[in-house]
Amino acid sequence: MRALLQPVLAVALGLALGLLVTAVAGESPWRVLTILGQSAFGSPYDLGMTLFYATPLIFTGLAVALPLHAGLFNIGAEGQLTLGALAAAAVGALFPSVPWPLAPVLAVLAAFAAGALWGYIPGWLRARRGSHEVINTIMLNFVAAGLASYVTLYLLKNPESQNPETQAIGAGYVLSRLTWFGDAPLSTALFLALLAAFLVWAFLWKTVAGFESRAVGGNEAAARTAGIRERRARILAMTLAGGLAGLVGVGEVLGNAGRFRLGFSPDFGFIGIAVALLARGRASGVVAAALLFGALHKGTSDLDLETENVTRDLSLILQALVILSVSADGLWTWLRKRRAS
Amino acid sequence: MSFELAMVEQLAGSTLRVSTPLLFAALAGLLCERAGVINIALEGLMLVGALAAAAAALQTGSPWAGAAGGAAAGAVLAALYALTVIRLRSNQIVAGTAMNMLAAGLTPFACKLLYGSSGATPSLELGARFGSAPIWLAWGLVLCCWAWLRFSVSGLWVRFAGENPEALDSAGISVNRVRWLAVLAGGALAGLGGASLSIFLSSSFSRNMTAGRGFMALAALIFGKWKPVPAAAACLLFGFADALQIRLQGVALWGDRPVPVQFIQILPYLVTILVLAGLVGKSRAPRALGLPFQRD
Repeated sequence: MRALLQPVLAVALGLALGLLVTAVAGESPWRVLTILGQSAFGSPYDLGMTLFYATPLIFTGLAVALPLHAGLFNIGAEGQLTLGALAAAAVGALFPSVPWPLAPVLAVLAAFAAGALWGYIPGWLRARRGSHEVINTIMLNFVAAGLASYVTLYLLKNPESQNPETQAIGAGYVLSRLTWFGDAPLSTALFLALLAAFLVWAFLWKTVAGFESRAVGGNEAAARTAGIRERRARILAMTLAGGLAGLVGVGEVLGNAGRFRLGFSPDFGFIGIAVALLARGRASGVVAAALLFGALHKGTSDLDLETENVTRDLSLILQALVILSVSADGLWTWLRKRRAS
Repeated sequence: MSFELAMVEQLAGSTLRVSTPLLFAALAGLLCERAGVINIALEGLMLVGALAAAAAALQTGSPWAGAAGGAAAGAVLAALYALTVIRLRSNQIVAGTAMNMLAAGLTPFACKLLYGSSGATPSLELGARFGSAPIWLAWGLVLCCWAWLRFSVSGLWVRFAGENPEALDSAGISVNRVRWLAVLAGGALAGLGGASLSIFLSSSFSRNMTAGRGFMALAALIFGKWKPVPAAAACLLFGFADALQIRLQGVALWGDRPVPVQFIQILPYLVTILVLAGLVGKSRAPRALGLPFQRD
């Protein structure tokens, strides 16, 4: 019960503080809340867009949540998803004639592999060289951005466009759209995301390797005494996490844009941190939290037009406040103590 | 010949200029981290500093008032950070990430409220901007910081708060008070770094104008082994890479192929990874970095 109560309270606290900010800007919090709800769930199209934004957030949320179990903090989902999307687009552009059922499988594997490589590097550095994965993943985000920019502008540039984007992928790669949601670019990638959430749960709780990961995250010394190869477990956790983040590229490239566009991600990798924390590392919680943040992202996108002073930047403020409230350890122990006394 | 000389001069000048915000931010990170508090919020602290400095300079017409505004805003956000990580014992990485998001959201929000546009503040007149004063100030602070950490008693407290907080505590000094002050001072310094972006290097605040410089400063801090003078040298090196990259953008060196400046852009981050891994040199973090202090 407490596992559910704390996230709900944290979201309520974050929302309340965030709406207080809108009151400062002279907009009625109630009106802002109505716009958010309308814009996120008001029509099938809006709902489709909410799910469209939730899809990458499930992947990045899992990419942060899985290593958390192994005691590792993956700040690198942004770089991992960038390279995953780039790899999917590169495969699709370089081998355009691959036929349908094979083509998306190929692209999915490429996206996973590229992201996994970008997770393996900080995993290896942590396990073998002892250097902190937080710093390394931050640095690798910038390296990935530079590499993606180079490949997009110099190697795979779309000659017919002024935009910084790659050539289009072959027709066999395109994922079908879910037609219930009007023009929303929601594709079958959503089902891949749900499948990934299930597989992460199964990995963590039903496999030996998953048990080893959790053991290393729980008590490293005890895990080592029990004969668990903690280095291997760490590297595996980061590699899988990178691969999961890389799969963001499937929805974006095969389901939406049909190519890699530089800067397509509005910091999905960082929002994934909020998703994983709010979910307290649980796979099912990641799906729920991704829906919430997807709705927030869609909801705030209409604020620019609908209100005088409040902009879509409110979504960043809300995310930050939710993260702060969910992570304030001292706040929750203080509340618990008060209830006990 | 004179052309090449002019180019070298120009490159040296712009290296000094673009490394100035990095210097302030790296010193900010150094102060926090030597006291045992991780600071990945430099980016956000700089951003609020940049907006507040532009606003204060617009209001008063004086760059010094702008700098004061930037430092104050950085300290205010740093106080929130200190409150969450020291008082509420939030995970420092998590809270730092949240601070960066908060700053990225609040600055365009406030900019829109104040000036009717979430993209940028109005341009500053020449008199409301700095000439070369921030460069001198930054290097002066590097020397002060070095001397202070090395020779003063309070500098020793900061180092102990990061290396051996238990010993500091048994000497009767409050570890958490030292850390609070270090984080606040760091916030003010990072705010100055932001100010030097908006009222020294450019003439207005614009959305997300830090563009990763807070993280580059963090890289310089690590590359400089958490020491003031080597960290300053790293800022200069990364500033040079940045200046070179800007200079070479769109320039064709061989044939008609433009120089791929991306490889210069990623260089600071690559060398930081290598140094941290001990593959080139060795960089060691303060021992108690990231661990909240609680008396048993």
